[in-house]
Amino acid sequence: MNSHLENNIKPVIYVENLTKIFGKFTAVNSISFEVNKGEIFGFLGANGAGKTTAMKMLCGLLKPTSGRGFVAGFDISKEPERVKASIGYMSQRFSLYDDLRVWENFRLFGGIYGLKEREISETTERMLHELGFTQERNTMVKSLPAGWKQKLAFSVAIIHNPGIVFLDEPTGGVDPKARRQFWELIYGAAERGITIFVTTHYMDEAEYCSRISIMKDGTIDALDTPANLKLKYGVKSMDEVFYQLASSKG
Amino acid sequence: MFRFLLEKEFKQIVRNRFLPKLILVYPVVMMVLMPWAANLDVKDIRLCVVDNDNSSYSRALTQKASGSEYFSEAIYKESFSEAISTIERGESDIILEIPLDFEKDLVNGVNRELSISSNAVDGMRGSIAASYLASVVNEFSAELMESKIVNRGSSSVVSSAMPASSAMPSSIEIVSLSKFNPSMDYKLFMVPGLIVIIITIIGGFLPALNIVSEKEAGTIEQINVTPVRKITFIFSKLIPYWVIGFIILTNTLILAKVLYGIVPVGSIFEFYILSFLFLIVVSGLGLVISNNSRTMQQAMFVMFFFMLVMILMSGLFTPVSSMPVWAQVINSINPMKYFTEIMRMVFLKGSGLADLYKHIFIMFGFAGAFSLWAVLSYRKNS
Repeated sequence: MNSHLENNIKPVIYVENLTKIFGKFTAVNSISFEVNKGEIFGFLGANGAGKTTAMKMLCGLLKPTSGRGFVAGFDISKEPERVKASIGYMSQRFSLYDDLRVWENFRLFGGIYGLKEREISETTERMLHELGFTQERNTMVKSLPAGWKQKLAFSVAIIHNPGIVFLDEPTGGVDPKARRQFWELIYGAAERGITIFVTTHYMDEAEYCSRISIMKDGTIDALDTPANLKLKYGVKSMDEVFYQLASSKG
Repeated sequence: MFRFLLEKEFKQIVRNRFLPKLILVYPVVMMVLMPWAANLDVKDIRLCVVDNDNSSYSRALTQKASGSEYFSEAIYKESFSEAISTIERGESDIILEIPLDFEKDLVNGVNRELSISSNAVDGMRGSIAASYLASVVNEFSAELMESKIVNRGSSSVVSSAMPASSAMPSSIEIVSLSKFNPSMDYKLFMVPGLIVIIITIIGGFLPALNIVSEKEAGTIEQINVTPVRKITFIFSKLIPYWVIGFIILTNTLILAKVLYGIVPVGSIFEFYILSFLFLIVVSGLGLVISNNSRTMQQAMFVMFFFMLVMILMSGLFTPVSSMPVWAQVINSINPMKYFTEIMRMVFLKGSGLADLYKHIFIMFGFAGAFSLWAVLSYRKNS
């Protein structure tokens, strides 16, 4: 990890011994890692491994029990509201307003992030165009198909052009074609310099990431580029890396 | 930022299938139905008469009772035990037993006692019915005396003709005047109380349920991950319901005037100001509950629990002063009790802000405490 610091690139996410304990259950157990600007960082792990808990701490939704974390230069324990202003977040559950129209969701979140009227309408037009949603501008969000909703949620999450966007299983429950289109959006955002922090269960998606970490029982068991991980475990696919790690006794 | 949130709330309310209808229908239901349904006036008391005398006097008495607006047509039974069984079967509410030789004794100037037995399962209704019947009997005896005076053309024997159950010397007449509600109109008493309930439902229930529904839908998480300030979010939830509250209050006032001719004796301005103060109190309470609830079910249940206790203890239906002392002590932390008093004072007495300063002071205390608690218990992160 130090190599990144040597390159004099300041990490946009810096986490040190981050821990979250719920009652007697340790959901996240002293994890440490860094994510650099412009990376697509895959955050993998089985269900219940602590991915969502870790991500919520980074987004300022959960207070860490101990450890430190900096996102976009702000301390997640002390300045969660400043962290929130600099990130975008897309939850596992679709959480835009069903009873608002497509453009109204853009307008609402644009407004919340402090965009001006003109910026909101310009960004909305550009995004509708990119998504191919110009026909759906006035559609109520509840009547959109699942794959479209996810693309919309991603666009809304980056309406304020944040430095980092957190995506929690963004492609859950959508068809392969929609997943592919979704990853095109992710690449597009990464090219514009937005750092992507993404959790997923799809190993083909893991292959698209610049680096990935694999979590198990609250700790990070592996962290490297997909190519290096495959080399290390002597296997051909990420699927097998994941399987080996998941079945090994921690 | 606030403007956008507010805009969103109003759009959602307008698009809601239920709320816009509620705004129109709710005050109508409350004003048209409730003053009648919650009426405590005792009428149509079913009288059962056991007339052991069967004389012209006894018949005149029973006719007088039956003819009064409070009693329905009397039924007649031979014995007291038969009459009691009509009460047991739920066929009558009160028994009037006239003793043998009632007329004879009256004419001879002997005091006789009548018996009145009322069904006190509903204690209030029972005692009111008994006192109505007693007053009918008193009236009867008074009339009887008058007629004797006229018949005999002299006043010397009047006192000896004091009949039956009348315990009161006829020379003393008690005239009771009801101040502020001279006709003892039950509606005049209920309408201000119903306004208390309306504000509680609109200001307390609706915004709280709205917030919990966002929790259930998961949309609140998307809001919590933005830099929006707690207070901004809370106000964006409250203001639309405050506006709705004022629309409904206005509709209620109009209906009270049109349907019953009831207009606050105090100033309308004062009515709105004080209602707003109470609106802040109940919405604060609602928010505290919603902040501590995860699901609608949970929020509803807790809310019903508090509202029911608060409404029943508020003095809306039963006077606070006749509650046991411990209940009155508990009631001192019941904001609804104070506001019910305020509304009745404004509506019936026309009390001004200066007369109500103690109440207003306490209400400010509640408003401050609940609002602070609401803001502190709303968490953007846990």
